[in-house]
Amino acid sequence: MTAATTPHRYRVRTREVETADTATLSLVPVDEAVETPRPGQLMMLTAFGFGEAPISVSGGNSDGTLVHTVQAAGPITRALHAAAPDTMVGVRGPYGTGWDVERSGARDLVFVAGGIGLASLRPAIWAATESKHHGRIVVLVGARTPGDLLFSHDLATWERRPDVALSVTVDQAEVGWRANVGLVTSLIKRATFEGSRTTAFVCGPEVMMRVVARALIDRGLSESDIRLSLERNMRCATWSCGRCRLGPLLTCRDGPVVRLDEAGLLDG
Amino acid sequence: MTPLTTLMLGKHPWVAGIPSDQVALIGDHAREVRFHAGQVIFAEGEHADRFWLIWEGQIALVLDIPGRGTVVLETLSAGDCLGWSWLFPPYRWQFGAIAVSDSRAMEIDGTAVRSACDADPVLCAAIYKRVSATTVERLQATRMRLLDIYGAPARHQWSDEP
Repeated sequence: MTAATTPHRYRVRTREVETADTATLSLVPVDEAVETPRPGQLMMLTAFGFGEAPISVSGGNSDGTLVHTVQAAGPITRALHAAAPDTMVGVRGPYGTGWDVERSGARDLVFVAGGIGLASLRPAIWAATESKHHGRIVVLVGARTPGDLLFSHDLATWERRPDVALSVTVDQAEVGWRANVGLVTSLIKRATFEGSRTTAFVCGPEVMMRVVARALIDRGLSESDIRLSLERNMRCATWSCGRCRLGPLLTCRDGPVVRLDEAGLLDG
Repeated sequence: MTPLTTLMLGKHPWVAGIPSDQVALIGDHAREVRFHAGQVIFAEGEHADRFWLIWEGQIALVLDIPGRGTVVLETLSAGDCLGWSWLFPPYRWQFGAIAVSDSRAMEIDGTAVRSACDADPVLCAAIYKRVSATTVERLQATRMRLLDIYGAPARHQWSDEP
């Protein structure tokens, strides 16, 4: 293991349950802190005794605290998801590209999140709300059921803010659910933004991102104005192993956030 | 029909592109209605003889499932068309509809529009084209939801399997 792949020790400070299979961990450095990640970047988190997995940044502070939201999917993420306060984990990174919301200037910003995808977008949405240079902020969130929605506190805060237009939809709900039921693309059709001067940030299951991208293009966005966070089986994160290759791209280096025209997601 | 009704009708996205003469024909059988939150608009199995173009609010398509209660299949909002069972035999609602919030819509007599379609091929083509487009859009959305894309975590978080 080289210096580039040696994890730093971090301690789980808090563990907040988001849904039945998802928890948010705040991590504090035990020794030296890693470089502060940008929204959209990922870290390699080690569950000692299990292995390491790439996890997007879902928050954080300038004091060195890292925030990651982990969905229990395989043995490593199940171990990370279950990590109680004071558990030691390994951290290396940050890796890859970020959302870089600030590069969008005065354009309208549309964030489209599906399921766990909101974890990566959350810090970018907060960054957008702290900037005064952009146009409208539209946040569109899809989930399986109301109980699967992440970050209920953030959603409630954005809903109250006059500068954020939040819409939520789920695939299944009982009568009494006050928001939408349907595919997240139905929200794009109804949202207020000027397509020709909008940058979109999309994160979720890849099949969702494809249909969302098409819906955004129907609203007048060009492929270069749509940014996606790509999921690939990442292993080294140091451009060496090639496990995360997508055509000419290595998603650990050129992603995870890429423009739609770079990703070729709609090319068939 | 009042000129205002036709004017309003012509501005609804679902009607966009229909020639004005045919909009006027639809307008002959249209009236503005309001629903309060929780109001049942129609119930599964009832005779379907009308449809609605939604201006404001939100309406849920629902289905009663024994042992599970009433489930929301989809919500419709401003710009959407509610109801197409009026167009096809046996003219019965396949689902129910309930207003989720206070809503405003243009209610159109489907039986009368069907008769008007028989006499006016331009109107007939316009109506079937729009209902078909709505059907295709919702079918595709339903197929995507059938995939349960949010419900299979191993597929959409970076894999941590060896």
